[in-house]
Amino acid sequence: MEFQISSKAKKTIFGAIAVGLISVIIGVVVHIDDEQFKTRILSNLLIDGFYFFAIALGALFFLALQYATETGWSVAIKRVVEGVASYVYVGIAVLLALFAFLTLTKGGYTEVDGHHLGHIYSWMDPQIVEHDTIIANKAPFLTKPFFWVVTALYFAVYILFYRGFRKRSLQEDVEGGTKIHYKNYVKGALFLVLFGYFSSTSSWHWLMSIDAHWFSTLFGWYVFGGMWCTSMTTIMLVLLYLKKHGYLQQVNDSHIHDVGKWIFATSFLWSYLFFSQFMLYWYANIPEEVIYFDFRIENYKFTYWAMFMVNFIVPMVVLMSREAKRNTGILAVVCLIILLGHWTDVYMLITPGTMGEFGCIGFIEVGFLLLFAGVFTFFILNTLTKAPLMPKNHPYLDESKHHEI
Amino acid sequence: MADRVIYATYDDDETLKNSARKLVSGGVHISDVFSPFPVHGIDPIIGVKHTRLGIVAFMLGLTGLMLAVVGFKYIMIDDWPMNIGGKPNFSLMENFPAFVPISFEFTVLFAAHGMAIIYLLRNKTLPGMPADNPYPRTTDDRFVMEIRLSENHGLSASEIHSKIKETSVIEIEEKDYVVIK
Repeated sequence: MEFQISSKAKKTIFGAIAVGLISVIIGVVVHIDDEQFKTRILSNLLIDGFYFFAIALGALFFLALQYATETGWSVAIKRVVEGVASYVYVGIAVLLALFAFLTLTKGGYTEVDGHHLGHIYSWMDPQIVEHDTIIANKAPFLTKPFFWVVTALYFAVYILFYRGFRKRSLQEDVEGGTKIHYKNYVKGALFLVLFGYFSSTSSWHWLMSIDAHWFSTLFGWYVFGGMWCTSMTTIMLVLLYLKKHGYLQQVNDSHIHDVGKWIFATSFLWSYLFFSQFMLYWYANIPEEVIYFDFRIENYKFTYWAMFMVNFIVPMVVLMSREAKRNTGILAVVCLIILLGHWTDVYMLITPGTMGEFGCIGFIEVGFLLLFAGVFTFFILNTLTKAPLMPKNHPYLDESKHHEI
Repeated sequence: MADRVIYATYDDDETLKNSARKLVSGGVHISDVFSPFPVHGIDPIIGVKHTRLGIVAFMLGLTGLMLAVVGFKYIMIDDWPMNIGGKPNFSLMENFPAFVPISFEFTVLFAAHGMAIIYLLRNKTLPGMPADNPYPRTTDDRFVMEIRLSENHGLSASEIHSKIKETSVIEIEEKDYVVIK
């Protein structure tokens, strides 16, 4: 109601979408005859579909975390977190469409000389599973019915909880009191329990199953670490944007500092999990396990290590000091670097498994990224226009307005 | 002449903060405040600078990290290369993943312990050191401001006294400043 998307912002967003579209079209025209063309398009849909969905999901998780821990300081930025989380609708729609397509086309393979190659999910192809006892032995987990039952369950739970949190948040503005607060507390705790399982198992189904022979028990946490980090980064960018344009006056340096701390901490969490996973396989050095990393280091050496180094070292060195976490310019630059770094992380999770050694970042990748980023930003800002940016009647609102660290 | 000091006692943290604000705006420099618990927001009022403990922690962490690198480079690579599970052991880079945990541990160990020890040293609160609060009841329910005359050149003792009396003070005492430690 108070926040309106400025015409300049609209122009920038639609400009980004247009540039993205043109870039995709150029990519399509250039690469349409490639053998990997279909795989490449599907991989990109999965990369960007998952990447932006994960940002929204991470924000939903953060919202539930704030409710379950009855946190006071974050009340003033609550609407921004809700705004970022609202993209779960679009994210789920994109992933559902993609999964449906992949299921119907048996994993999205391309037929070359009678061979099925370039699957996204090779375990969806009966021709492959027939001759592959490793995949066949993962039967109840890696089958289409099981995949769909749990995927529908995850999505239903995410949407249900998002709607509930949002509804009660707006209701609280009108009613006040502590009843809604305690209800949010219970629902937040419940969501954390469900999310604890779902974040792991969904990433096994959606991402880890691309390399169907390989498995890692840390994989879910690793994906979750990246998800949380990108969410905090996005929340920070939206906050900086709103503050720069004169909204959210009551969000002070201390709030920004605290979100900055989250970015710093979750970057460490992600790096820690990356290394924990890597080192265990490196140390054990069992051929069928270590092939996953060998392949990436052999074919994507620069992207792989640069991605890790940027995502680890940039936030660590730059955001270490107190002043940096309160400086708008430094934060904005670091946030953009982190977002690109973690996009590359999702790229590295998916592309080597689907495209093999043929993966590269070109017009199609950049185009899809811009396209999705534009839609994502517009959707978030649009949600922010629908409710006052500062909640009313939250029991901890006064505490949050006087937040000082 | 020895330095004189005025101790103004209050019985509530909010009163203390309001009084401090009033005194500071009246040009009085408050040297220190003694309280039974940390009073939030008092630091900027009396002009205490932000702690430099973070910088100390960073330097200590760096020391720990360097010590770890020097240590495992010499012990595990140079002096007596150890073959553990067939891992490459003739160059630091090839074997680096194995040494990341110990680098991390040393960094944390040095930063955490060093920070605690330096904090206690700087505050002169190592175990066994004499207490330097001027007024034992600041460990119970009283809040005391310390105003040294040597740091308030512009104001005379009587002026400061009258300014303090305008606030909701409970007790004022002026005496020679004694450095306890």
